Amino acid sequence: MQIELQNINKHFGAVHANKDISLTFPEGRIVGILGENGAGKSTLMKILSGYQPASSGNILIDGQKVDYTGPLAAIANGIGMLQQDPLDVGAFTVLENFVFGREPASLIDRWFHNKSSAREQLHSITANFGFKLDPEMLISELSIAQRQQLEIVRLLAQNVQTLILDEPTTGISADQKELLFSILREMANDGMTILLVSHKLEDVIALCDQVAVLRTGAIVGEREMPATKAELVTLMFGEDLPTPQRQHKNLDRQAIVLELDNLSASSGRLQMHDIHLSVRAGEVIGLAGLDGSGQDLLMRTIAGLHPVEQGRRVFNNTDVTNKTYHYLYDRGVVYCAAGRIEEGLIAGLTLTEHVALTQGTGMRIDWQRARTSTTDKIENYDVRGQHNDTIEQLSGGNQQRVLMSLIEQHPKLMLLEQPTRGLDVDSASGIWEKLLERCANGSVLIFSSPELDEILTYSDRILVCYAGETYLVDDPSTITSTQLGHMIGGEFQR
Amino acid sequence: MTIRDFSIRLGLTLIPIILSILATAGLILLLGGDPISVYSTLYESAFQDQTTVARVLNVWIPLTLVSIGLVVTFTAGLWNIGVEGQMVMGAVFASWGALFLDLPPILLIPINLVLATIGGLLWGVLVGILKTRLGVHEIFGGVALNAIANNIAIFLIAGPWEPPEGGSAQSTAPFPENALLPTFSVDFPVPTVLLVITIVGLVIVGFLLYFTRWGLELKAVGKNARSALLLGVRTERVSLMALALGGAFAGLAGAHRVLHFYASLRPLVSGGIGFLGLLLVLLVGFRIIWMPFVGFVLAGLLAGSTRLQALQRIRPELVGDSSLVGVLQGLLVLMILYFNGIRERWFARDKARKANIHE
Amino acid sequence: MNDALINTLNSIIASATPLIIASLGETITERAGVINLSLNGSILLSAMAGFAVATVTSSLWLGILIAMLIGAVIAFLVAFGSLTLKQDQVAIGFVLTLLTADLAQFLGTDFQNIEGPVAREITIPLLSDIPILGGIFFEHDAFVYFSFVLLAVVWIFMFRSRAGLSLRAVGERPEAAFSRGVNVTTQQYLYTIIGGALVGLAGAAYSLGVKAGWQATPAMNGDGWIALAIVIFGGWHPARVVFGAYLFAILRSLVSIIQRDPNIDIPVVLLNNLPWILMIVTLALVSGGVIDRLLQMLPLHWQRRLRGILRSNPPEALGQVFNNQK
Repeated sequence: MQIELQNINKHFGAVHANKDISLTFPEGRIVGILGENGAGKSTLMKILSGYQPASSGNILIDGQKVDYTGPLAAIANGIGMLQQDPLDVGAFTVLENFVFGREPASLIDRWFHNKSSAREQLHSITANFGFKLDPEMLISELSIAQRQQLEIVRLLAQNVQTLILDEPTTGISADQKELLFSILREMANDGMTILLVSHKLEDVIALCDQVAVLRTGAIVGEREMPATKAELVTLMFGEDLPTPQRQHKNLDRQAIVLELDNLSASSGRLQMHDIHLSVRAGEVIGLAGLDGSGQDLLMRTIAGLHPVEQGRRVFNNTDVTNKTYHYLYDRGVVYCAAGRIEEGLIAGLTLTEHVALTQGTGMRIDWQRARTSTTDKIENYDVRGQHNDTIEQLSGGNQQRVLMSLIEQHPKLMLLEQPTRGLDVDSASGIWEKLLERCANGSVLIFSSPELDEILTYSDRILVCYAGETYLVDDPSTITSTQLGHMIGGEFQR
Repeated sequence: MTIRDFSIRLGLTLIPIILSILATAGLILLLGGDPISVYSTLYESAFQDQTTVARVLNVWIPLTLVSIGLVVTFTAGLWNIGVEGQMVMGAVFASWGALFLDLPPILLIPINLVLATIGGLLWGVLVGILKTRLGVHEIFGGVALNAIANNIAIFLIAGPWEPPEGGSAQSTAPFPENALLPTFSVDFPVPTVLLVITIVGLVIVGFLLYFTRWGLELKAVGKNARSALLLGVRTERVSLMALALGGAFAGLAGAHRVLHFYASLRPLVSGGIGFLGLLLVLLVGFRIIWMPFVGFVLAGLLAGSTRLQALQRIRPELVGDSSLVGVLQGLLVLMILYFNGIRERWFARDKARKANIHE
Repeated sequence: MNDALINTLNSIIASATPLIIASLGETITERAGVINLSLNGSILLSAMAGFAVATVTSSLWLGILIAMLIGAVIAFLVAFGSLTLKQDQVAIGFVLTLLTADLAQFLGTDFQNIEGPVAREITIPLLSDIPILGGIFFEHDAFVYFSFVLLAVVWIFMFRSRAGLSLRAVGERPEAAFSRGVNVTTQQYLYTIIGGALVGLAGAAYSLGVKAGWQATPAMNGDGWIALAIVIFGGWHPARVVFGAYLFAILRSLVSIIQRDPNIDIPVVLLNNLPWILMIVTLALVSGGVIDRLLQMLPLHWQRRLRGILRSNPPEALGQVFNNQK
């Protein structure tokens, strides 16, 4: 089937997220929808897949105007979307999740889902693709890649003809990516239309037949593939971007700030044993790994937010194994979670109140100082917001910038989960500039990121996590992004 | 704010009040009473003269005391339903002092007030420990501790503290004169000490909440405890302190009940004032500035209901008792909450419409 | 087994029944992601109204129906306030629990301490002849039999039916439910109201069953809170919820046995604390993760089998209001 978008517009309040977008997706093609974070690609795809209504414009399928409300209706029209964070229910089993929301096949099935026939169908499709999905596993026990696989299987079982994938390669390993891409190619050969939403040029180059590029809500270019990375960059940004160069630092003479000695910790099924790591002032350690492989657990354990089961945690030559987060916080340890507004910022408090909360001690609040300092942060971190705006009034990117701006100027140790989540390239490099500035002054940075390139670019050393096991890469310049992709899939032997 | 916006806001505040008064009137009619005389009796028995105002103040004092504590706990995001039990424990501790310490008033009164504060505080901290250490939600911890506190009081009244002449399990022996709180005057029997403490408490807690780091930390914990923790706030300590303070004020309220109002310890000594405090704080939307004024109206209703009940024997058209006032108060809060929602919806839609026109 | 013991067990089954019905109702509501905190008052008002209507009309059925209707209306008020008007769910529930308790007291004055209709005991033929078990389980009023059936129905509905999938998904991850074509808000209204109707029925099961009649200080006051705690203790699983309700009933019956024993001298009022202490202890056990740790110790195979029953996490989206515009 061929899909045509005509003059799609979408407004969120004052924000014009999609500006008069017209595009055609021919049958059997893999189309890349390329653009930075916040360029409007996800919004456009949500409109196409029925998750959000367009403010104006038409969708035509094979020349016929369609008018649907809701994702189910889009699926009935043959359009299905795989969200970046798959929309499944953690407490369901694979089988329950597979059946949930599908048209019943028979009268009994209408009331009581027919387990055996669903199981057979699930088995036949998964076997076909070489996926391994145990129907009785809980969704919450699956990896992101497995949850993606299940969503694809589910959508295919509902006869979806056009499959939209939103950033599907974020958080999966190189092997999982190869498997995914080969299946997508196979499906396109069978006549399906695949729309790949991504900001990663290499993915688009590897997979797509054609691309459409969005910038600030509008289409700024369309072309047939193949194209070189440079050509795509020019389309995306209108200019070449200088790639940030990593400087080799000699840290041997710096003091050791953090030392993990035989450290063990566990959370649920995830167990980490005998971790050794010593970090010198000014060093940047990148934690690479699939979602839930231990990066977060490790950072929380270092921060004192999760108990150490065995071994020692030494900070500034003091054994702090049994100390709390507050003890460490008072001595210059900062931890920022990836959840932003849920974990890190406080909805309902203004920017100034956030600054006042993190500055100074004692009962009295120096509001004058807090306001001045807020002004500085707004300017330095390019926050689009006012002093008295409450934090939830800000966009996600601005919230992230506020969170980063709240980190004190000379921390000893920064533990940051996904410090540039949801930021476009410009803002991300702005944040990195500020972080590296602190490192140059002797702060240690330990961070995680699902973007392997970010890890390779900024880390002095990389700690790869896989199912709780760790592997230390001493010199990131010796490995490529693909090699790292294999390593996070558990292949430590290069 | 335009005149139109203002009148809409005013309307959406007045309508729920009128509606709840009308609905309660309907209930009175249903039971064959006369709403007009019920309401006028309520009004007269509250605001007629000095004596009735004193009666209202004697409800207002404990009500405001518990509410001061509740504003603190609500700001910290805690549903301190245990406030009733904290009042009872305050009353029990004060009663012990009143019954067993034989001291001159100048010593006994402060000691008893401190005892009451400690009783309430301990019971409040217990809720906090159950929550922070054992993960028992403060609503359940509170409900259980309320029941336990009342059982303890009943046990004491019927057992160890039974009046020498043999008790009916209705109360302890009346407290000696030197244990009772001195009042303003005979015509205006309001305990001066507690009136002063209440007003000072209002001012101090209001100041702490709005102008100090502690207030900001409470607010941060209340809105998002996890984030507050990561931003360096000692959340457990803040929660415990909020509950301790809430309990302390509730304990003082309990002291008023036993050292002045009843002059003895009785079962269910709190008289539902703790729960009324929760309603009051919801009603004023956690804004301490409105609390004393709105609290005065609620206190008037409760004080009036006692009189209503007393008059019923001679005037049968006056149906209802404290439960009638409870219904009126409950309806009022429910309606206010509903109309808050209606107002928010209204202005959100209004804003959206204007935004559309703007484009 | 002697007759006294059989009688005791029989009365435990009977006295647990209203708790079972109310907490199963609340389980349904909370599984859909809504907390109806009004249980305590809701039970009182529906108990009073059910008794009053049954007394006036001499129709037990009409009384039961009115009780359920009142429970449903209160639940609707919670749903409307929180889902449509976006006000604090806990606040609305709390205000309603006070309001309805006062309303019950106010309107129930004329019905205090009078004789009224009581549900008849129905002995189930054949089943009641089974030795021991027959006497314990099959000589009860209709409320008790209904509670047996209700457990089975709720269990099958929740875990075996299509609609049950939607119900659970709405409480766990509303966005996912929405993406599968479920109207989240409608479902939440539906299950809040159904849960409320069951709470109302529980009220009738008191005033027309085990604690027949209506008093100035109603005997069932406080049980609504216990029912709410049982839902948590039961890990939102119907079978464990019912187990929890029986546990409380057993404890209460022990209390009354100790009370009657002349050799044990513990004041009654202090014994009355036991259910509340048990409530706190059980909640601490569940929240402290003891059950989760026990689960981890089992072999994987058993973990899977018992997962539904042993888990103690609340529905992920409990108490959050779904807004599709995000």
